[in-house]
Amino acid sequence: MSLTILNAVIAVVAAIAFAAVNAAYLVWAERRGAGRIQRRPGPNVNGPLGLLQPPCDGIKLMAKQIMIPGGADKALFMVAPALAMAPAIMSFVTIPFSDTIVAHSMNVGVLMIFAFASLGAMSILLAGWGSRNKYAVMASVRAVSQNISYEIPMLITVITIVMMTGTMDLKELVAGQAGGMWNWNAVPSLASPLMPVSFLIFFICSLAETNRAPFDLGEAESELVAGFHTEYGSMGFGLFFMGEYANIVIGASLITILFLGGWGCPLGLFPGVWWFLLKIYILIFSFIWIRWTFPRTTIYGLLNLSWKILIPISLFNLLLTAGLLKVF
Amino acid sequence: MSGPIHIQPGETFTLNVGPQHPATHGVLRVKMEMDGEYIVKAETVLGYIHRMHELMGENRTYPQVLPNLSRLDYLGALGYTHAHVLAVERAAGIEVPERAEYIRAITVELNRIASHLFWFGAFVMDLGGFTPLMYAIEDREYILDMLEAVTGSRLTYCYYRFGGLYNDIDDDFIDAAKAFIPRMRRQLKKYDALVTGNIIFEKRLKDIGPISAEMCRKYGASGPVARGAGIDFDVRKNEPYSVYSEFDFDVPVYHECDSLARYMVRMDEMEQSLRIIEQGLEKLPDGPIMPKKKPKLIKPPKGDYYQAVETARGSFGIRIVSDGTKNAYRFKLRSPTYSNMSLFDEACEGMMIMDALAMMGSLDLVIPEIDR
Repeated sequence: MSLTILNAVIAVVAAIAFAAVNAAYLVWAERRGAGRIQRRPGPNVNGPLGLLQPPCDGIKLMAKQIMIPGGADKALFMVAPALAMAPAIMSFVTIPFSDTIVAHSMNVGVLMIFAFASLGAMSILLAGWGSRNKYAVMASVRAVSQNISYEIPMLITVITIVMMTGTMDLKELVAGQAGGMWNWNAVPSLASPLMPVSFLIFFICSLAETNRAPFDLGEAESELVAGFHTEYGSMGFGLFFMGEYANIVIGASLITILFLGGWGCPLGLFPGVWWFLLKIYILIFSFIWIRWTFPRTTIYGLLNLSWKILIPISLFNLLLTAGLLKVF
Repeated sequence: MSGPIHIQPGETFTLNVGPQHPATHGVLRVKMEMDGEYIVKAETVLGYIHRMHELMGENRTYPQVLPNLSRLDYLGALGYTHAHVLAVERAAGIEVPERAEYIRAITVELNRIASHLFWFGAFVMDLGGFTPLMYAIEDREYILDMLEAVTGSRLTYCYYRFGGLYNDIDDDFIDAAKAFIPRMRRQLKKYDALVTGNIIFEKRLKDIGPISAEMCRKYGASGPVARGAGIDFDVRKNEPYSVYSEFDFDVPVYHECDSLARYMVRMDEMEQSLRIIEQGLEKLPDGPIMPKKKPKLIKPPKGDYYQAVETARGSFGIRIVSDGTKNAYRFKLRSPTYSNMSLFDEACEGMMIMDALAMMGSLDLVIPEIDR
């Protein structure tokens, strides 16, 4: 009994460590990547290739004083950053990195990840409301309406996949796609010919869900100064920042598991954790690439895209798949 | 400042955009009456960086004021000093050698490209795209290096003298400029591919931020803002000064009146400036850069003198009222951004804040030039 508890603790700690290390080093990767794209070096002073930059940043942020603006709701102001990071870390617990490497396998893994992901909107709302800043309130209203409207097409797409595979267990979802890229969910099948479109919708939605450019309306720095975290300094800001990157990793992992065959090799050879990591880092790189290439959309353009294009298409795909599943 | 916030339906709130705000590019303050994300009323508050350049112009001699002019608009400073030397030369009747005028035109156009490049980067950054700024700054660096070699400074130039120039350009400058022209043409194509054709970019600017020709006339807007509203006016063409009548160039005019039109005008202007530089380098005559005969002390005869030039931001005018002494009696600066900014209050009413700030970016504001 005690051994299983110990095992569970080790697994959970490992998942948290993976999340934290990724959050810290993705900042480095983002800045190096941005530097490459913009033809400048990026951080390169601390350590080889600037690899000691994230710990230095962390120490700097932690050493800073926590400033609470006058008139702010102190409790909400303090809770919000923790709420940004905690759900992101919790989601890692159920993500399977390979056949054996998973902190805690659950038969409702998909549901759990989405439940925690929707808590992220809560932290943005509380941060904006609690800091008593007009820019922050406007930004959090934007971010929440954005998160809500993009969760709908995302969930409809997930329902389509769950219908096809008949399971909500992430491990079984991957097992169903084993044996090469022609078995992946992203590839059109007889039952669901529109799967590449679903993949695209899911990809766009994960960009929007993580508040990344070109959908970073919650922190549009040219309009709303720094958005919902305008009033945050020190580690409060740091937690929002790390939460964003942890969410990116989760988004990439979900895309990999749902559409790209998880830890399976594209050619069906040597499945393992390396394929999983390779896939998520390719996806993360594409996130970074998109961020540094495109300008920001408008809030109404963003909502129009979700309600008028993505939701109808994903609904149509859902109905089509349901019908075709009955036929075949 | 404590207690909960009560927001009633239908209530508007005041949003202070600035004096320190990333979108205003300086110490400009816009007091906005907001209804949610919509602007009900906007009021521009100026004066945060007022330095009394006009008064300084009245209690200093003409040469002493010359460096002040490049502190107005630090991005396109040469155009402003050009206006001053032209005005004083006209007032005092000083002849300028042809070579000096050609070099002035070449350097002013280079400076115009540098200014437009920086605007391009800052504008796309206003829209959330960070990368073009880095590309633009890299290209601008070539121009700044070239100008630094001949003028001795990188931003606030004091290169022109009454009657000519501070020093002549050398072969290095000519070679660098000749190499720069094809490079810049390639880069402009790249910018078009990266930014102009982008669907998000187009959606944010097309039919957004309308500034009509009537509004431009009402507020005295000029430069790319007016040309984006279909007003075909460029001081270089309509009232040619210096040697601009010798050059063959077009004035880009767009009739759409939206932010995209103002963007396109500036992008086309860079191309036209390259044409002017190309012709200037070809036609560059030999000879002195300062006149043989030049008064030691500049004392324009009694009178009222005005000289307008086309700077990167619009038509800039200097009015000198001389009472025959070594100081001006009245030194009036008509700066283009001041007029362009004035129409913002009216134009942004009823817009969403993100569109309004995109429109503000398309006005190409340089705040020290508004406040002087």
